[in-house]
Amino acid sequence: MAAPGVPAEPSPWLVIRPPRRWAPFNLRELWQFRDLLVRFARRDLTLRYRQTALGVLWVVLQPLLTAGAFAFVFGSVAGLSSQGVPYFAFAFAGMLAWNAFSGVLTRMSAVLVGNSALVSKIFFPRLVLPLSTVGSVLVDFVVSMLMMAVIWPLAGVAPGWSLVTLPLWLAAVLLLASGFGLLAAALMVPYRDVQYVLPVATQLLLFISPVGYALANVPHSARFLYELNPLTGLLEGFRWAVIGTARPDLFPALWGIGCAIACFVVGSFVFAHMERKFADVI
Amino acid sequence: MSSSDLAISVRGLSKAYTIRHQAEHHITLAEQLLDRARHPFSRQERETFWAVQDVSFDVPKGEVLGVIGRNGAGKSTLLKLLSRITPPTKGEIRLYGRIGSLLEVGTGFHPELTGRENVYLNGAILGMRTKEIDRRFDEIVAFAGVERFLDTPVKRFSSGMYVRLAFAVAAHLDTEILLVDEVLSVGDSEFQKRCLAKMGSLGDEGRAVIYVSHQLDSVAALCTRALRISDGHLVQDGPPEELISSYLATLGSGPADLGTRTRTGSGHWRLSKVESLSAETRVGEPVRIAIEAESETLQALTVWPSIHVRDSVTGVLLAHCDGRLVGAGVDGVDHRSGAWLFELRSPWLKPGDYLVDVVLCSNEILDYLDAACTVRVLPYAVHHAIRTLEPNHGPTVSDFSMVAADSSSGVAAPRSNTSAI
Repeated sequence: MAAPGVPAEPSPWLVIRPPRRWAPFNLRELWQFRDLLVRFARRDLTLRYRQTALGVLWVVLQPLLTAGAFAFVFGSVAGLSSQGVPYFAFAFAGMLAWNAFSGVLTRMSAVLVGNSALVSKIFFPRLVLPLSTVGSVLVDFVVSMLMMAVIWPLAGVAPGWSLVTLPLWLAAVLLLASGFGLLAAALMVPYRDVQYVLPVATQLLLFISPVGYALANVPHSARFLYELNPLTGLLEGFRWAVIGTARPDLFPALWGIGCAIACFVVGSFVFAHMERKFADVI
Repeated sequence: MSSSDLAISVRGLSKAYTIRHQAEHHITLAEQLLDRARHPFSRQERETFWAVQDVSFDVPKGEVLGVIGRNGAGKSTLLKLLSRITPPTKGEIRLYGRIGSLLEVGTGFHPELTGRENVYLNGAILGMRTKEIDRRFDEIVAFAGVERFLDTPVKRFSSGMYVRLAFAVAAHLDTEILLVDEVLSVGDSEFQKRCLAKMGSLGDEGRAVIYVSHQLDSVAALCTRALRISDGHLVQDGPPEELISSYLATLGSGPADLGTRTRTGSGHWRLSKVESLSAETRVGEPVRIAIEAESETLQALTVWPSIHVRDSVTGVLLAHCDGRLVGAGVDGVDHRSGAWLFELRSPWLKPGDYLVDVVLCSNEILDYLDAACTVRVLPYAVHHAIRTLEPNHGPTVSDFSMVAADSSSGVAAPRSNTSAI
C-alpha cells in the first residue's frame, strides 16, 4: 500500500467526498460545462428539423391549427368574448405561452430517461441535460413569435408599450415549467409511471387554464380558485404584452411570478438531491 | 514520492448499495404508494452491500495503473467513483488535475448526426471546450481515419469506423488523469495496437492513467503498477507481473468458495460444485471438469451446461463447449439436480494456465461462473520441442498424426507438432 499523503501537499483540483444531504447546485461546475449545454440544445434542434419532413413549418402549423380550433370552439360555438381582439389572434397568443410551458415540461421531464446511457456512463453536471431542452423551446418560441408578427396586421391588432414586459412573462412561464420539469425528470428515473401521468395532467391543465378563453369569461364564484393556478396570472400578463388585452390584476400576476420562482427553487433542490442516485437506478 | 508529483490520492474510499429484499420490485410510484398504504408499518428488509470498502492508494503523475480482479470485485464501481458518476458513501478522493474517462466507447454518439457533429458533441460530453476540439479536430479525424466520411451520419459508418472515431475523440482529451475501462476489446488488432501505443505515450507525457481490463497481457504490457481488488477490498498493490501471478493463483480455488462468488444469471438453477479434475495435467491428456447443479423447485425448462476454456493471460477463448451440441441437457420438470462430467480431448492445451468459465442456461442464462476453476498444463511433453512453444506458434496444439513415409529415416513414432487452430 502506498504511503499516506506527504504534508504540505499542493491544493487538489478537486476533492470528492460523500455528498451532504441537501446541497444546492455547483454553479461553477455548471459554467464549466456550458459548451455541453449548447451542444445538447443544438443536437435536439438539428435532429428535430432534420428528421421531420415539414421541419420549421410544423413548428408554425401546430399553434396555428390549435388556435384555429380554439377560435372555432370557444369563439364561434360557445360564443365567448375575446376582449375586443379577433378570437384567432387571442387564442394564438395564448398558445404561444402554453407551448413554451408544455414544451419545456414535456421535453425536460423525459430528458434523463431518454439519455440513460449517458447518465449511467459519463460524468457531467446532470442539470445540463434538462436545461438544454429550454434552448430548442426558445427557438420554437421565436419562430412562433415571427408568425405572431404576421398576424398582428392581419387581425388589426397592435401591441402597445406593454410588449416590453414580454420577457418577464416568458421568463416566469419558463421558470414555472422548469420547476415542474426538473421534478418530473428526477422522479421519472426511479418511477417510470410519471411519464404516463404527465401527459394527462398537462392536458387537464390546458383546459383549466385560460389559454383558449379569457379569465373574464370564468364565473365569479370560481374566479378565486382560478387565480390560484399560477398560469392564470402569467397567461393574462402574456396576452396583455402581446396583443394588448386588459392589464392583469396585481394579485394573480405577482402570485404567478412568485409561484414560478418558488417552483423552480423546489424543483432544482429535489433534482440536486436525487441526482446522485441517477447513475445507480436509471 | 514528492507531493507535487501526485495525481490521485484515495483515502478510505467506500461505496455501499442498498439491496431490497422483497418479492416484487417497485418500478412505479403508484405501486410504491399502494404498497405503503397496504402495509403502513412494515419496514422493507434491506441489506447493505459494500461494492468498494476502505480502499486507499496514491497515483503519481506519469503512472499507468492497472486494476485487476474478478467480475463483480468492485473494479467498475471504483472507476465510477473516480469519474464522479456515483458519489462515495465514505472516504475521500483528491484529484490533482482534470479527469477524463473512456468508460464505454461511443456513448453519446448519435446515429443521426454526422461524424463532424458527433466529434463536437462527444468531446463536449467528455468535458472538452469547443476551442480545444477545434484545435485538435484534424488530429482526431486523422487518428480515426474517417476524413472522407465526416459529413455522413454515423449510422452509415461501419462498426470499425464508429469505434475508431469514438476512441479518437476520447484519446485526444487533454486531461491530466484518464480512466480507461476495457475499451480495447473492440476494433481490429491493428487499431488496438495503435490504442495501446497511444495509452503508453500518455504515461510518458506525465499523465496518470487508470486502466481496468480482463486482458491481463495488456495490463502486463502497459502498466507500471497494478492494484488487485477482491470483494470490494484492495488486496494487493505492486508490480503488474507479481499481481497477475498471484491473481491467477487465487482463481479457481475449487468448489469450496462457490457460495460467496458474485455471479450473474437468473438463478433458477445454480451451480453447486465445479471441480477441475485436471488441476495439473500434461499436453495431450484430456481435460476433465466435474460440475453439479441444483434447483429448489421443479421447473419447466431444460438445463444445458456449457464450458468455456480461456487462456489465463490473454483471456482468449480457446474452446467453447456447448452442452446443446452433445445433447447434455437435464429436464427440470422432473429433476432438481444434475451432474455432468466434461472432457475436452481436442485441441490440446499448451503448457500454461487456463481459466474455465461454467455457464448454465435454458433459453436464458441461469448461472454464470466466471473463472470457476483452473487447468494447469505442466511444462512437460512427449518431445522437448513442446516445452518451448512460442506464442506465435498459435494458442493451442492440434491433435494430429504425421508418419514418415520412409521408415528408415529414424523417427517411426507419430509426432506432434505445433500449429494454430
